[in-house]
Amino acid sequence: MATLHSAPRFTLIDGLKETLSTALGGHLLDAHDEHGELLFTVRRDAVEDALRILRDEHGYQQLMEIAGVDYPSREERFEVVYMLLSLTKNSRIMVKCTASEDTPVPTVTTLWPNAGWLEREVFDLYGVLFDGNTDLRRILTDYGFEGHPFRKDFPLTGYTELRYSEDEKRVVYEPVELAQDLRQFDFMSPWEGADYVLPGDEKAGTPPVDDPKVTEKPSDTGAGAKADKEAAEKVSEGAPTTEESGTDAPPPPEPTEDREDRPAREGKTTDTAEATEPKGDGKDA
Amino acid sequence: MSMQLERSPTTGDEVISNYTINFGPQHPAAHGVLRMVMELDGEIIERVDPHVGLLHRGTEKLIEHKTYLQALPYFDRLDYCSPLCQEHSYVLAIEKLMNVEVPERAQYLRVLFAELTRISNHMLNIGAHVMDVGAMTPNLWVFELREDCMNFFERASGARMHSAYFRPGGVHQDVPEKLLVDIGEWLDTRLPELFGDAMSLVLDNRIFKQRNVDIAHVSRDDAIAWGFSGPMIRAAGIPWDLRKSQPYDVYDRMEFDIPVGTNSDCYDRFVVRVKEVYESAKIIKQCLAQMPSGPIASDDRKVAPPKRGEMKQSMEALIHHFKLYTEGFHVPAGEVYVATESPKGEFGVYLVSDGSNKPYRCKIRPTAFSHLQAMDFMCRGHMLPDATAILGAIDVVFGECDR
Repeated sequence: MATLHSAPRFTLIDGLKETLSTALGGHLLDAHDEHGELLFTVRRDAVEDALRILRDEHGYQQLMEIAGVDYPSREERFEVVYMLLSLTKNSRIMVKCTASEDTPVPTVTTLWPNAGWLEREVFDLYGVLFDGNTDLRRILTDYGFEGHPFRKDFPLTGYTELRYSEDEKRVVYEPVELAQDLRQFDFMSPWEGADYVLPGDEKAGTPPVDDPKVTEKPSDTGAGAKADKEAAEKVSEGAPTTEESGTDAPPPPEPTEDREDRPAREGKTTDTAEATEPKGDGKDA
Repeated sequence: MSMQLERSPTTGDEVISNYTINFGPQHPAAHGVLRMVMELDGEIIERVDPHVGLLHRGTEKLIEHKTYLQALPYFDRLDYCSPLCQEHSYVLAIEKLMNVEVPERAQYLRVLFAELTRISNHMLNIGAHVMDVGAMTPNLWVFELREDCMNFFERASGARMHSAYFRPGGVHQDVPEKLLVDIGEWLDTRLPELFGDAMSLVLDNRIFKQRNVDIAHVSRDDAIAWGFSGPMIRAAGIPWDLRKSQPYDVYDRMEFDIPVGTNSDCYDRFVVRVKEVYESAKIIKQCLAQMPSGPIASDDRKVAPPKRGEMKQSMEALIHHFKLYTEGFHVPAGEVYVATESPKGEFGVYLVSDGSNKPYRCKIRPTAFSHLQAMDFMCRGHMLPDATAILGAIDVVFGECDR
C-alpha cells in the first residue's frame, strides 16, 4: 500500500527485520511489520538480553518509552512495549513481551538509567512487576493509593475521592459518590459493532415447540366468534353536510390608512429616510 | 574566686549531619507542582528525589473512553505551553494508522502553527528561566510576544490556548488571509526587535552567566543514555532534531539550521532555545511564502467532516457529519508509535487501535519524564540555588509530565 500519510519518515532499512530477527535468535517469538512499524515480540525472561543485543550490536542507543497495555482476555494479560531509537541509523523499533500479575519482567535499568521511572510508571498503573528494579515505588498516583488504575477492569471514576474537610481541617478520603451515573455513550452502530443483545432480539431464535405458532388463518389467532354481530354494523350516516346559515359574515375591518381625521401621508415610502431626519439645523435639540 | 571560661555552644569542630528538605510541591521555581526531596550538606545538594504525579489526571485512561476526535482536546491540556505541537503527534498517529492523505495547505498550516507554538513556548521558558535566576525585566518583555502568539492562535482557531486546531486529515478551518499577512509582519518587526532587546539584556549578562555556565554539565554519552531529547540533547552537542531527521508534514521542504551547544550546561540549553526561536521564524517565513491555496482538510468524508454549506444542500454530507460527530470514525486495528519534535523534546504517542471508534490504548511519551529523572545526577554537588536554574533549563511543565 502506498504511503499517503505525512507522519514522521524515519529511515527504512532494507532487510532490517530479517537482520534483527537473526540477531535476536532464540529470544524472539514473533516479528512483524505493520503500518510502517517494526515490532518484535521476545520471550519475557530474555528481555534484558534482547535489548542489550539491540543496544550494543545494532545501535539502538536510546530507550524512549516503556508502555504497558492491558488485554484482560488473554492468559498473560499485560504487554510491556519498549520503544527504541537509533540516533546513528535514524531508525525506530518496538520490542514487546507479555506478562501477568505475578510474572515479573526483568528490569532494563541495567542498560538505561532512565528505565527506572518508566518501569515505575508501568508498575504503578498496571501492576506489572520488574525483577531487579530496586526502586519500584508508585510514581504517578497518590501517596498510599491502592490498585492499578489503568487496568481495563478499574473503573474510570475510581473508588475513592478526596476533599478538604472544614471540620477536620485536613483532606479526607471517601468512597466515590456520583451525583449522576457516569455517562458512557456507545456510538457503535447496532448493525455493525454491538456486542450486546438488542432489545427484542432474544425472541428471534426458533421457538422451543414442535409446531410453531402462526397466524395465517383467523382461527389460528385464538380469537373465537365475534362477541356481538350488531356491534360490527355501521350506524353512522357519515359526516353532516355543510349548510348555508343565512347570516352574512362580518365585513373586513376598515383600513386604518383611510381614517378621515388624519391627513394623508406625504411622498413615497422611499422618502421615509428623509422624513425621519430632524427638521431645521438641529441646533434647538 | 576562680575564673570560669564561658563556652560557646556554637564554636568548635562540630559535625553537622546532612539534612533533608522539601523543595515544593508549591515553590515558584518548581514550574508547577513538583516536590523534590533534597538531601543537603550545608548548601550542597547530595541527593535529589523528585516526586512527580501531583497533577496526574489519568488522561490516557480518559482517552480510552472517548472517540478519536473527542480525545484530541486532551492533548492541548497536557503541556499547556505548547498545545498545538502535541496535537500534531496525535493527529499524525491517527493518520498513520488510517493512511490518510493530508492536503498540502493543511500541512503548511500545521507546520506554521507548530513553529508559532514553539516560539510561544520558548518565550515562556526563556522568561521563566531568566526570572528563576533573578532577572525580572526580560520576562515581562518576552511575555508580550507570547501574548501576540496567543492572539494569532485565537484568530486561527477561536481559542488562545486550547485550540484543538489540528484535526485528523487536516486542520479545523482555513485562516483568513490577513492573519498570514500579520504574522509575516510580526516576524519582520516586532519579534526581532522585542526579542533582540530582551536577549541583549541576558545573553552577555555577568550575573546570568555566573548562574548558568558550567551548571549541570551532562556528557554526550549521559545525554543519550538518559533518553534526552530536544534542546537538552542538542545542548550536549548532538545535532538531533526530529524535524530534520524524521521529517513530518512539510518539514522536509524547509531550510533551517539545528543549533547545538558545545559545553552542555544550563547556559547552552538556554542559548539553544534562543537560537531556535530565530530558526522557527525562518520556517514560518518559508511557510508563508510557499503555502499553496486549496483544501485544508482531507476530502475523505469518513475522516474529515463536510463544510457546513455543503450540509445544507446534500443529504449525504449531513449524514457524514452526523456520523462523524456521534459514532466517529473507525481506525484500522494496529499499533504505531509516532514522535514529533515538540518544543521541549520528543513528544510521542503510542496508539493501539482495535478497529473500533475509540483508542484501545493511547500512551503518551512526555518529554519531561526522562529529563526530570536526570535531576538527581545533574544536581549532585551543586548548590541549592542552582537547582532552580537546572529546572528552568529542563523546561518542565507538569501537565505533560504527570498526564
